[in-house]
Amino acid sequence: MADTPLVNLTIEGRTVSVPAGTSILEAAKTVGVLIPHYCYHPGLPVAGVCRMCLVDVEEAPKLAPACATAVAEGQVVNVHAEKARDARKGVLEMLLINHPLDCPICDQSGECELQDYTYQEGRADSRYREPKRFNPVEDFGGDVMYVPNRCILCTRCVRFMDDVAHDAVLNVSERGDRATIGKFEGKDLTHAWAGNVIDLCPVGALLSKDFLNKARSWELDRTASVCSGCSQGCNMTVETRDNAVVRLRPRPNAEVNEFFLCDHGRLNYRWMNRGDRLEAPSVRGASGPRATDWDVALAVAAQALKGKTVFVLASPNLSNEALFFLSRIMKAAGGRGAFRIEQGPEAPLAGVDDLALRADRAANGRGAELLGFERSTTPLAGVSAGDAVIIADHDLTADDAAHLSRASTIVLVSTFMPSALTRADVILPIGNHVEEEGTFTNLRGRVQRFLQARAAPGMARPSWYVLADLSAALGDRLNVMTGAQAFAALAASEPAFAGPSYDTLGLRGAAVAGATAGAAS
Amino acid sequence: MGFPHKPHPRETTVLSEHFGEAEARSLDGWKSRGGYRALEQALGMDPLAIQAVVKESGLRGRGGAGFPTGLKWSFMKIGDGKPHYLCCNADESEPGTFKDREIMRWTPHALIEGCAIAAHAIGAETAYIYIRGEFTEPLDVMERAVDEARRAGVIGKNAMGSGKRVDVWVHKGAGAYICGEETALMNSLEGKRGNPRIKPPFPAAAGLFGMPTTINNVETLAAVPPILVNGGEWYKKMGRADNPKSTGTKLWSVCGNVMRPGNYEVEMGFPFKEFLYDLCGGPPKGRKFKAVIPGGSSVPIITMAEAEAAVMDYEGMVAVGTMLGSAGCIVMDDAQSIPRQVARLARFYAHESCAQCTQCREGTAWTTKILERMVAGGGTTEDLDTLMDLADDMTGKTICVLSDSCAAPVVSGLQKFRSEFEALITRKTVHTVPAIVA
Repeated sequence: MADTPLVNLTIEGRTVSVPAGTSILEAAKTVGVLIPHYCYHPGLPVAGVCRMCLVDVEEAPKLAPACATAVAEGQVVNVHAEKARDARKGVLEMLLINHPLDCPICDQSGECELQDYTYQEGRADSRYREPKRFNPVEDFGGDVMYVPNRCILCTRCVRFMDDVAHDAVLNVSERGDRATIGKFEGKDLTHAWAGNVIDLCPVGALLSKDFLNKARSWELDRTASVCSGCSQGCNMTVETRDNAVVRLRPRPNAEVNEFFLCDHGRLNYRWMNRGDRLEAPSVRGASGPRATDWDVALAVAAQALKGKTVFVLASPNLSNEALFFLSRIMKAAGGRGAFRIEQGPEAPLAGVDDLALRADRAANGRGAELLGFERSTTPLAGVSAGDAVIIADHDLTADDAAHLSRASTIVLVSTFMPSALTRADVILPIGNHVEEEGTFTNLRGRVQRFLQARAAPGMARPSWYVLADLSAALGDRLNVMTGAQAFAALAASEPAFAGPSYDTLGLRGAAVAGATAGAAS
Repeated sequence: MGFPHKPHPRETTVLSEHFGEAEARSLDGWKSRGGYRALEQALGMDPLAIQAVVKESGLRGRGGAGFPTGLKWSFMKIGDGKPHYLCCNADESEPGTFKDREIMRWTPHALIEGCAIAAHAIGAETAYIYIRGEFTEPLDVMERAVDEARRAGVIGKNAMGSGKRVDVWVHKGAGAYICGEETALMNSLEGKRGNPRIKPPFPAAAGLFGMPTTINNVETLAAVPPILVNGGEWYKKMGRADNPKSTGTKLWSVCGNVMRPGNYEVEMGFPFKEFLYDLCGGPPKGRKFKAVIPGGSSVPIITMAEAEAAVMDYEGMVAVGTMLGSAGCIVMDDAQSIPRQVARLARFYAHESCAQCTQCREGTAWTTKILERMVAGGGTTEDLDTLMDLADDMTGKTICVLSDSCAAPVVSGLQKFRSEFEALITRKTVHTVPAIVA
């Protein structure tokens, strides 16, 4: 884009300079002017059909659709000119004549662009006196439900399936006011990325069956996070209600996932709310685990590890920060570490470069490898007789458990009790991915932050905090009190992570040179 | 008129001369009537020279917009290395229009010849004739004619032995009015849903299959061979001496309340009054003309007083507040209820809206519902304001002009025959039909 000539124009009295070929709508965004629109979406081809973005361009004979009109030198655009407002008011009235106006029972309510623009510039009443058209609710397959009465036929869903997913499932069926979104014969929205049509729908016509009637949008707290469903590292928003995660949605990031999140990632949240959590630190007593306080548990754990070769079984869903302290403990004791990554079929989103649900179904395998952990299908095979083993939030198979019989000491740093685990000398409860902040390194070596979305249960503490304390109890004091300090310590001592800080990573992350080198491409 | 009646002496038969002659449909029959001389001549000419002749003739698009044909052809950059396409719009579906049907039924080779000349003139080797799905007979005739011409080598790899390739293909539509809109037609030809495209890009830049394309109406293309044979000057002479903008002859399809409905070919600038009363035979006995939609259902309705003062060319129709359009002339006598006719037209547009643009999808249906409620005796005075407001919302704000076309008869009907709408509202009466005097 660097060599594209700039075009100068005026939008709502503001001077704008954008590359030639930019639409008026996108140019307006750069100066903080939002031109109302429905069918336009930056991740989809332009359709220009809703006619909501009509603006007045001085000296043009007709109102121009801002999404489909390229900027021109010297253009003067009046978004709120009376005739433009009148035209949009007309569009809004027409979009509502057959709409059931059932906001009180609609999931989209509160995050509905039809509501927003109607309040902003629509009519207070309707002049429509005729019977409304009615079409029954339809199951579109996958997680998607279609409520045609609320549909404004913007065709975002059709264009997503055709031009981004490259799987033509949806169409506009019939014509005139009988038109609805239809499915091609024998097709369902079973594509791995089909759930995105729910987010793309600007109104309440395409809904998630999973989220249906679960919460009102204004009751939700939203937290920036990164998906842990695979190694892609799609940016997402975690939505919680009363400390429970109820919905995961994509968070735009042009470098990683554009505007999208796959169905696997989107529905991968139930474990975040699981109730059978480890809530108190405990040590082994005569009659099984005995709850105690953190100081005692950490002291006992340090005592149990001291002088032994430490083998670490680390979950590839732990943050870089947690893995960093684990690796310090492991290296100080001359030990080894390994992890296993669950595998699944890869599912690319055809229309976006380098975006797929990856076969590696864990977020931080790359980070674990960079910090010295070995990927293995039998991660505990390397445990030698007499080793101390730290199990860090990693599940155990029966085979794993058999290898553990050689261990002299077992320290469990985990959110849950692996069902195959028969004994643990010390249990240190930690928060899960949405209960603490931290960073993941995706498969391309991009380091991205996630924030805390819900409170951890009981006495559980952030994983990196617990592991920093354990490391300190073993004599390696780094004085880490916050996630930012944990990352700074990581960046200072591991060349693969040298350079960035939480501030420079921001909420979109950055490719880190040391982590990118040697990454799969 | 040509078929089934003999032409009226005041007609000028350039296109309709052979209507009704079954032999004219065959290649030999057409050649014996002077056919394909123009093509032979054109294939030996430089494309730009053909464009110059057509420009000189003043021929304008007969499909409705009236864009100068030679100028349209000149937008095609010959030798740009891309395949060029010619589309012939034979999706004649404008209510009231049935002239292209007659050209295809009786003189299919006139159209093939016109297509081949035009294709050569714009640097295209392929022409597609997109025929309306309901036109079963013209489709059959055209397919046979194209087949005959291809087998005789008139068109094909080596058209008329010239060494130039001109392929003509016939494509049948599936029955959608909107596929007569040029970009919707191209989408339909490509196998997609027939939705109009946003312009720009215009077809001459990126049309069929994304390549430079020219699209012309059947009547326009059929007029090209006689222009080439007789010269642009000859064609230009037909028409009003004081109006060089409208030249040649025009086929008018006349339907409704006239004694002799049918197709008439007259020179541009013919007096409309004489046309309606003399050529078309006037109204049925005992009735009087009330209103005319002169250019197909999409143009504003005019009153009889306006019609009688009008002359039949592009500018003459604009002068009385309407358009020549496709020259599908719908005549209404005093037995007709304007609100009912307008409601019927609106219903057509509501049915045919492609459903892309909000104002068209919802506006045409809403307009129809209001009008039908009024006709059924349930109208209110507020409805009249709502109709005018809707018409404003539907005009000039959408991708194509279908919704504008729905608004045009509503606005003109309300402006010129408001009392009929008011009578429906206040008296809740349905109009009575005057008896025809035997």
